[in-house]
Order: sequence, then C-alpha cells, then structure tokens
Amino acid sequence: MADGTPLLELEGVSKRFGPVQALDRVDFAVHAGEVIGLVGDNGAGKSTLVKAIAGIYAPDEGKIRFEGEEVRIKGPQDATELGIATVYQDLALCDNLDVVANLFLGREQVSAGPGQVSRQLDEVKMEHETADLLSNLAVTIPSLRSEVGTLSGGQRQQVAVARSLLGEPKVVLLDEPTAALGVPQTKQVLELIRRLRERNLGVVVISHNLADVFAVADRVFVLRLGRSAGEFKAEETTEEHVVGAITGVGDGGERDQQAEEGEKS
Amino acid sequence: MSATEAATAEEANEHRPSSGETVRRIVQGDLSSVRVVLGLVLIAVIFQVQESRFLSAENLTNLMLQITTIGLISVGIVYVLLLGEIDLSVGAVSGLSAAVMAVLSVNHGWNAYLAIGAGVATGAAIGCLQGSLFSRFVVPSFVVTLAGLLAWEGALLQVLGKTGSLNINDPKITGLANIFYSDTVGWIFAAVIIGAYGAAVAVGYRRRVAAGLGDTNAVSQIVRFVFVAAIVIAAVAILNSDRGVPLAVMILLAFVVGMEYVAKQTTFGRHVYAVGGNAEAARRAGIRVNRVRVAVFTISGTMAAIGGVMAASRLFAVNQNSGGNELLLLAIAGPVIAGTSLFGGRGSVWTALLGALVIGSISNGMDLLSLSSAVKLMVTGGVLLLAVLVDAVARQQRQTSGRV
Repeated sequence: MADGTPLLELEGVSKRFGPVQALDRVDFAVHAGEVIGLVGDNGAGKSTLVKAIAGIYAPDEGKIRFEGEEVRIKGPQDATELGIATVYQDLALCDNLDVVANLFLGREQVSAGPGQVSRQLDEVKMEHETADLLSNLAVTIPSLRSEVGTLSGGQRQQVAVARSLLGEPKVVLLDEPTAALGVPQTKQVLELIRRLRERNLGVVVISHNLADVFAVADRVFVLRLGRSAGEFKAEETTEEHVVGAITGVGDGGERDQQAEEGEKS
Repeated sequence: MSATEAATAEEANEHRPSSGETVRRIVQGDLSSVRVVLGLVLIAVIFQVQESRFLSAENLTNLMLQITTIGLISVGIVYVLLLGEIDLSVGAVSGLSAAVMAVLSVNHGWNAYLAIGAGVATGAAIGCLQGSLFSRFVVPSFVVTLAGLLAWEGALLQVLGKTGSLNINDPKITGLANIFYSDTVGWIFAAVIIGAYGAAVAVGYRRRVAAGLGDTNAVSQIVRFVFVAAIVIAAVAILNSDRGVPLAVMILLAFVVGMEYVAKQTTFGRHVYAVGGNAEAARRAGIRVNRVRVAVFTISGTMAAIGGVMAASRLFAVNQNSGGNELLLLAIAGPVIAGTSLFGGRGSVWTALLGALVIGSISNGMDLLSLSSAVKLMVTGGVLLLAVLVDAVARQQRQTSGRV
C-alpha cells in the first residue's frame, strides 16, 4: 500500500511557539488509499501537525510536498485548493440548517435561468447530489431535510465528513472523529473512514482511542514531545508497542527500522 | 419526543411524523405559524363577541392600513433577528427618513419619487453605517443601535426645524397609504397572486419528481394551494366590500413575499441563516460573515425608512413623534410573537406580517372597546412576554430532546 510517491509528504517540519518546540523536524507521509492513525499524548504536536498541513500555521522549517511537488501552504484556502480537506473536532456545522444546506454551505448551487439574478438556490440539484453522495458513502440519515441539530453525534460526524468530500479532496484530515461517540456510532464512523480509503483518498485520523485507530489505520504514526516517535504497520504491531512509543518507554531499535522503511518508499 | 422514542426512530432510520409529533412541533415552534394563526382566531373571537364591529369589512380594512408601517419595519427586523442581533434604531430611522422625504418634498419642492428615494436612501445609509460599526469593531449591535436610536431621534428634530411638524400635500406621497383599487382591479390582483403561487408550487413539485425526489406529498401541496387561494379570495372579497384593496396592503405584501423569497430561496438568505446559526461555521465555510452582517443592517434601515414613508403618507404629515412611542418595540415584538427566534437562525419573514396582525388586532380591538392606553400597553406587554417565554421553552426542549 505504501508504494510510489506519497500524496502528501512532510520533511523535517518544525514549528515553534515562543519557547515551546511544538514540532521538531517531523517527517510524515500519507499515500493514496491509505489510512494513517496519528497518535500521541496531549501536547505531543498532533494538532499542530494537522494545522500545519491544513494551512492554519505556517511551519518554521521543512518542506511540504504534495503529489511529489514542493508546495507552500499559506492559508486554509491553499490547502483546500490543493485538495486537502480537514474535519475539525467541533465539526463546524450549523445546527439550525438541514443536512443539504450544511453540506453545501459556502458553495451553494445556483439555479440556471432567471433565478440566477438573485442567486437563487437550486435546492433540487443540491438535494439530489446530497442523496447520491450519502448513499455512495452508505451513510443513512433519516431525512436530508432534518435540521442537523436534531441528528445524533455519529450522524453529525458523518455529515461533516461527507461535507469535506464535496470539494473532491485527495487528502482528508480527521480530528478526533470518534471522540464522544457511543459504540454503534463509532462503528458507523469507522466504516465511513474505510470507505474513504476505498475511494483512494489519503486519510489521516487523529485519535486518542487506540482501539479505533487499530480498527481502521494501515499505519500508525506516533508523535512524542513534538518529535516523530515511531511509525508502525498496524497489522505488524500491538497496542502495547504503540503505547510504549507514546509514553517514551521501550521505543528502541524497532522504531528506527520501521521509520526508515516508511521513508524509503 | 422521549429518549426511547427517539432511539427507535433512529434505528428505524425513517421519518414518520405521527400526530403526537405534529403536536410537539406546534408546541416547540417548528409549526409556530399554526400556533399564531390559532392565536389570531382566538383574538378575533374575543373581540367579535364584545364588539360586533370588529370583523366588519370597514374595520378589517382599517386594521390592514394600521399594520402597514409596523409590518414593513418588522420585515427588516426579521433579518436582524435571524442573525441573532437586534436593531433598536428602526423607530428613529423611520421617523428621520420620513422627515428627510417631507423636507425635500415640501420645503425644497422635490419630485415626489425623488424625495421618497432620498428618504429610503437615508435609511439604507444609516443601516449600512450601523452594520459596519457593529461588524468592524465587534461592538454589540444592541449598543450601536441604541446610540443610533438617540442620535437619529435628535437628527429628526434637527431636520424638522422649529415648527416641529410638516404637512405633506403631494398626492403621489399621500396616495401610498390612501389609494384604494376598484373591485375589478382587486380581483385581478387575486387572480395574479393565486396563479403565480399555483405555478410556483406546480413547477417546484414537478422538478422534485423529475429529479427522483418524489418524497413530497402531492395532496399536502394541493391542500396548501387551496388554503392560500381561499385566504386571498376571502381577503379581496372583504376589502372590496368596503373601500377596495388598498395600495398600502399590496406594498406590504410585495415586500413580505419578496423578502421571504430572498431569505429562503437565495444564497444570500441561506448565508444569513448560517451566520445566525453558527457564525464560526459560516466563516470556515468561506462565507464573508461581516458582509452579510452589514447587508442585513442595511436591509433593516431600508425597511424602517419604507415603513416611515408609509406612516407619513397615512398621517399626511411628519412630526416630532414620527417613529416614536412604542413603534420600535412593537416592530420587534411582532416577529417574536409570531415565532422568529431572538437567538438567531430561526424564523421567517412571514412572521413580520403575522406578528403585525396579532399586535394590530389587539390594539385595534382595544381601541374599539375604548380601553385606555394604560390597559393597551399592559396587554401588549403580556402578549409579548408570553410569546418570548414560549420561544424560550421551545428552545430548551429542542436542546434537551432534539439531539439523540
């Protein structure tokens, strides 16, 4: 799976906030059709790494390559244009709007004909596309016209993920997608992440929950105190190993070996 | 909906509105317009029992003329409320704009339409200014428009000068509130309105079916159409049996329908709801939140000015009291009574009309009964409080039971 040019590759990325070294020469890569679990303790730099990719923070040093070409991501717009979509933990949905309206928020379809003058919404087209997209992702929502505020946490998360796909991204970053969800809802969201992989997207999942990470990730990337602390193939490692890397206990030679394997590709 | 019911509904992944749910929706405000219409019927029954003139054609025509100004101002207020903001300056702005129009028309001999245009432009400019201050400096809209309330009130006195009152005699201006159409023209209006509404419903329905979204119930569409047609026919029949359909009513209706269209059917309207619901989400979705805010306050100022022009036309004059008294509070109370939330993101422009009807009916009925303004104010205050409490309770219930 980790063959060929990575979709997105970070090389020696560092970021400082005053005296705090949030990221210290981190190398990171995600390929098409691959799910990466990004784990680490609080303050390990997971969010900073994602925000550097999403264009919220500019890295102090290091290179970012997208599809093999070096790029500069100066703002969220740049990231979106490249094809990097981010789903934040607080989802950023409007509870008072329905599913269709939320999906198309900020990129509403305008109807053809005379309604164009007033930028009339093409509700039928948007609802149609929403239904198509959600059924492709096998997401079931009781009614596309129900307010998002009335949906369950899992459904809201699925709407947020589906919305990120409307811009046809190549890489999707998910920040704690299963936090605060019940067991069946977590299952739905993990299922959705697998379908993103089937669509040949590169997916980065930040999570505190190792069980969830192991359930979907192909590779697990561990950050500790802003440094890369190991990279594991999910099927070849155990939770204990990863926990060891997260806490800094027992991350010995295996780490270097695994990390080099990842970089060579 | 109880937690267990909600869970079952989710498992079934279906949306079956039961009669119990319909009741819940009425109570919780999704169908608040039904609640308001029931309230209106109740008000009508109460006053009709006490005073048989209440439902006479003459009094109903008067009622429609009385609510024109407040309804027009409320249209702008609805937009501000949708953002979750408030505009306290609309009363003063309506007075000042009307005064600008009157001074230009009477003292400077301007053409009536130019004078009206200048008055409306005054309101628009004030709204734009207040909206810019509010969004640029992140000052609460409450404070900005409270300052506006005082300042524009002062400007009104300044513009009117020493006499403190100006009589308007240009028939083009006074005609706005005093022209009545003949029976024939009234029926033509009715036919056009019903035809246009029917066409809109039919086209929308056919598009949905064609797109394979056939979940809309044809029967409910027909029932709605028949209901609207019946109301239009009844209204024209009543108005015709008195003085005819007033131009003022057509102006009010045109703005309500037009601004409802903008709110519900256009990209701009969608963005207004989004900013009112979750400004941060709207910003991240690429919506220019501050532009929406400035536009909404401009709309509010413009509608206030149009309301002020209509008030001046009806009164044949502008004086120091124009736009004063309780006009501001009633214009805000109307939409809230009719179900537009004070907390932003929920409501419709129809509530401007419905709310104005509720407030207008109460005030009109109490006038017929020759009650003192002391009683009138207390009753109106009570109705507003009741409506806001219902809104707050509905909001709490949405929060506790809405999310599964």
